[in-house]
Amino acid sequence: MSDRSTRRERYERARRRRSVAIATISTIAVVGALVILVPLTPGWERVRQAFFDGDVFVETFPGLLSAFWLDVQILLWSTPFILIVSLLIALARNTRSPALFPLRAFAVIYTDVLRGIPVILLVFLIGFGVPALGLSRTWANPLIWGSVTLVLSYSAYTAEIIRAGIDAVHESQRAGARSLGMTSSQTMRSVVLPQAYRKIVPPMMNTFVSLQKDVALVSLIGPVEILRQAGIDKATYANFTPYVAASLIFLALTIPCTRLADWALARQRARTGATTIA
Amino acid sequence: MSDEPFPLRPVESKLSLRGVRKSFGSTVVLDSIDLDVAEGDVITLIGASGSGKSTLLRCVNLLEPTDDGQVILDGVDIAEPGLDPDPIRRRIGMVFQSFNLFPHMSVVDNVAIGPRKVRGVDKSEARRAGLEMLTRLGLADRADAYPDQLSGGQQQRVAIARSLAMNPEVLLLDEITSALDPELVGEVLDVVRGLKAAGMTMLFATHEMAFAREISDRVCFLHQGRILEEGAPSQIFESPTEARTQAFLQRVIDAGRL
Repeated sequence: MSDRSTRRERYERARRRRSVAIATISTIAVVGALVILVPLTPGWERVRQAFFDGDVFVETFPGLLSAFWLDVQILLWSTPFILIVSLLIALARNTRSPALFPLRAFAVIYTDVLRGIPVILLVFLIGFGVPALGLSRTWANPLIWGSVTLVLSYSAYTAEIIRAGIDAVHESQRAGARSLGMTSSQTMRSVVLPQAYRKIVPPMMNTFVSLQKDVALVSLIGPVEILRQAGIDKATYANFTPYVAASLIFLALTIPCTRLADWALARQRARTGATTIA
Repeated sequence: MSDEPFPLRPVESKLSLRGVRKSFGSTVVLDSIDLDVAEGDVITLIGASGSGKSTLLRCVNLLEPTDDGQVILDGVDIAEPGLDPDPIRRRIGMVFQSFNLFPHMSVVDNVAIGPRKVRGVDKSEARRAGLEMLTRLGLADRADAYPDQLSGGQQQRVAIARSLAMNPEVLLLDEITSALDPELVGEVLDVVRGLKAAGMTMLFATHEMAFAREISDRVCFLHQGRILEEGAPSQIFESPTEARTQAFLQRVIDAGRL
């Protein structure tokens, strides 16, 4: 090994050690300040009793966890529908034929309107509005309409992600496929969409993390999922600790997914050769 | 055997362009192009960038709609509006400057996808034929690699294999060596030599003048969307009559490319 490369290595190692040391010291300083300073605030004792009561936590946690299972279920059955609806909307927006103008217009209006209304309002409008049409008992279930709302709203967002993914596949790929005599739908299925899927994994994962949290909005129209259960527990114990417990349960699901999304993004960056400039 | 001194039928061109025009907005890219390509002919298109070579090829394989004129393949005008372009494109292969391989498919899948999707050949048969085609082009050992693991020259040979897998009657080559490092150009040109020997009808836009001179039956010099001069390679390269052709070739010579 040349003298130059050993010197470079030594320099890099020293630099790395220095960075680690600085990061450690600044972390200790910030956390230490919080631990020391927050309890010095005048209201801390009350906040601690109201939000961080160990007994209440232990008593309510199992109930919250089982209520959370409903959130997970809503998430699981909504996700496939979101993927299907958003793919259809994205494909509709990408059509060119004049005969399909109404379809294209519908897709544009759909994404504009549903992305423009807060999810919480949509939950009220659809969750209370549709059952009021006098549907039979089975169809008046708020779980159904809550899930439908999530599907409608999130499809609008993911349709735009898919459309961006389709647009990001270079025109030359289409030319390559069409020059072989493949039809436009064969080209879309075999060449464009498989490449688009790879491009949209990171933003789709981020949207999935938002969805995990927005599932709680379904509680507004009745179903006793975790947020509603926490509200009930809060009233029972006259204590906010259940909300903290519910937050922790959400984090147990969302943090791994967020990490996974970041990992997917980093892997994609590495694969496409994009480098980070220091 | 006929006693007639002349063939009974006039020799019909495999491919003819008649008065083909194409504009992008107010820019005229092709200005009344006439061209005849007989079966087994290799016609090269030379000319500066922007002279319309690529657009001409794209019009032949209907990737660009023509504004006017006829593109006649075996006596049928394929530029006729309203014609389904897909069955026609199956008969005309195209190889692109930037390869346009499908990055998410292995090399052999790139070659097999056309026959599978377009001709409905079953998967294992398409793979077998694809491997055979790759073997012909000396790429059998890269069959299961992905395009981005290959050198530019290998990628372009895969792209040619992908086109040939459809058994095209005419092959359009659009500056297929322009994106390659100089030392990789040779292997791709060798494939083109082999295709000529096998009698493939080719329309070849290129900046490789020495190669154009070697391989062409006829050379067309394009300038501002017109075929300004057309003739045998010896005539075009040694005694061009048009001042523009002379000037273009002089620039090529000055750049050390001929």
